[in-house]
Amino acid sequence: MPDDKPLTGNMRSDGVALDLKAYERAGGYEGLRKALGGMTPAAVIEEVKDSNLRGRGGAGFPTGLKWSFIPDKAPHPRYVVANGDEMEPGTFKDRILVELDPHQLVEGMILAGYATGADIGYAFLRGEYTVGAERVARAIAEAYEAGYLGKDILHSGYSFEIYLHLSAGRYMCGEETGLLNALEGKRANPRAKPPFPPASGLFGKPTTINNVETLCNVPHIIRNGAGWYRGLSRSKDGGTKIYGASGKVKRPGLWELPMGTTIREIIEEHAGGMRDGLQLRGLLPGGASTDFLTGEHLDAPMDFAGVQSVGSRLGTGTMIILDDKTCPVGMVSNLEHFFSQESCGWCTPCWSGLGWAERILRAMEEGRGKPGDLEKLAFQARFWAPGHTFCALAPGAAEPLQSALKHFRADFERHIDEKRCPWK
Amino acid sequence: MLTPEERTEIEAEFPHYPNRKAVCIDAMKIVQKHRGWLSDEALDDIGELLGMSSTDLDGVATFYNLLFRRPVGRHVIYLCDSVSCWIMGGDQQRNHICKRLGIASGETTADGRFTLLPVVCLGACDHAPVMMVDQDTHRDLTPEKIDQILEQYD
Repeated sequence: MPDDKPLTGNMRSDGVALDLKAYERAGGYEGLRKALGGMTPAAVIEEVKDSNLRGRGGAGFPTGLKWSFIPDKAPHPRYVVANGDEMEPGTFKDRILVELDPHQLVEGMILAGYATGADIGYAFLRGEYTVGAERVARAIAEAYEAGYLGKDILHSGYSFEIYLHLSAGRYMCGEETGLLNALEGKRANPRAKPPFPPASGLFGKPTTINNVETLCNVPHIIRNGAGWYRGLSRSKDGGTKIYGASGKVKRPGLWELPMGTTIREIIEEHAGGMRDGLQLRGLLPGGASTDFLTGEHLDAPMDFAGVQSVGSRLGTGTMIILDDKTCPVGMVSNLEHFFSQESCGWCTPCWSGLGWAERILRAMEEGRGKPGDLEKLAFQARFWAPGHTFCALAPGAAEPLQSALKHFRADFERHIDEKRCPWK
Repeated sequence: MLTPEERTEIEAEFPHYPNRKAVCIDAMKIVQKHRGWLSDEALDDIGELLGMSSTDLDGVATFYNLLFRRPVGRHVIYLCDSVSCWIMGGDQQRNHICKRLGIASGETTADGRFTLLPVVCLGACDHAPVMMVDQDTHRDLTPEKIDQILEQYD
């Protein structure tokens, strides 16, 4: 295994998934053997805490700390849920993890289950990931056959089941309590918190929810140790990160790199820079629900603190690049259409405000912008701030809008003044 | 009535959840796979097995993008309309499909062959523009490529 790319280094370049044998040859399930063979659940949690692994789904919550929230005396059954509802626009990293190395996810889920005393795991995948679904299902079946799942795993006395659930499609399913409702066969509206899922989650039982990429890191941490994992990183956050870039760069793609690699290195070295004749105008560093950054921010390290220090969020770590021949207002209009459509309709600032903003932006693109529109947009974005809604959808929608109003204000004003989109 | 095949597939999901209601999304996906879409009758059939009212099922079905309460064509084209595809010219691909098939987004061709639906990001953004046709993902779309792909589905 290339030591510096634990998540992707073993993946085959021909697109075929690693089967059980190939996964084991690369050290797969050694972490599980080590944990079940002599580590207490508390020791597994400590190791993950020490590794400084933070959640890769967007919020960046420390994984070991999250696991420690399940109280020792919590009732059973307890659940572990892998969040593979990768629907954040511009995000395509979990797809390769489930398609090319599905056992990594299975082993990560079993380890999370062992650490939290869970009985059942659900691998929740978005329904559109048909190839990934087939491969995860096969990996689960292989793991049962090899004795890594089911009753008395590796004669340790620990038992754990994993079921695959394919979503019927809605961005809200990525929100953790929305996801729990979806698994219960309900509309994926968010739940009021507290209670938080460790106290009352799936079917009212203690539940731990982690992103797919987060869970895929765990087997490597247990196998190789927290110190090794921290050493992979260039920053305080441990490990590597699967970064990505889409938009008009020369080589859009995904790269597993040390956490803390700079935005400039990702865009210029790995993505090959902008296509000929185009300049970088801005970027969303970690999916649709992150604030725009611009050319002056390229030396920021892509870790949780680094991106925050320049006014955005690491999010999913897959950046969307805006070039100088693409209309920033059109881009924001596209983003707010997405958020408005995917709002579940639960909270007023979200269902009402997002549609309002979407209509203003579309009108602007169609040459029907009016003086005062920018103030209305800014007013709406303030209403979507955290604390006004049950979940993070509206706050996420505010981020690209509020930052676009700051960085691309002149472009918005031109749309209104000239009564047209100058890019059309 | 559910067919024996539909019933068997739905019942295979029962052991994965602590109650039958939780199976309803899987059940609706299974029935839709066989019937193409979820009619009122389909919801009645599912409701009977799961002990749910068809109103409850309708509330769930209408929430999810991939559950259809209206008939669709033999093949469904899911064209991404999210941001990375938009930057890479997704609108032009949509216009090409609409022109070729003679339908607007959301409509079904007169011969019942295709339904075109806009969907959110399909998670293959390094190969934008992207669409799915039924279960298959198609990447790096151009008008020529779209023509070739659509030929494969009768």
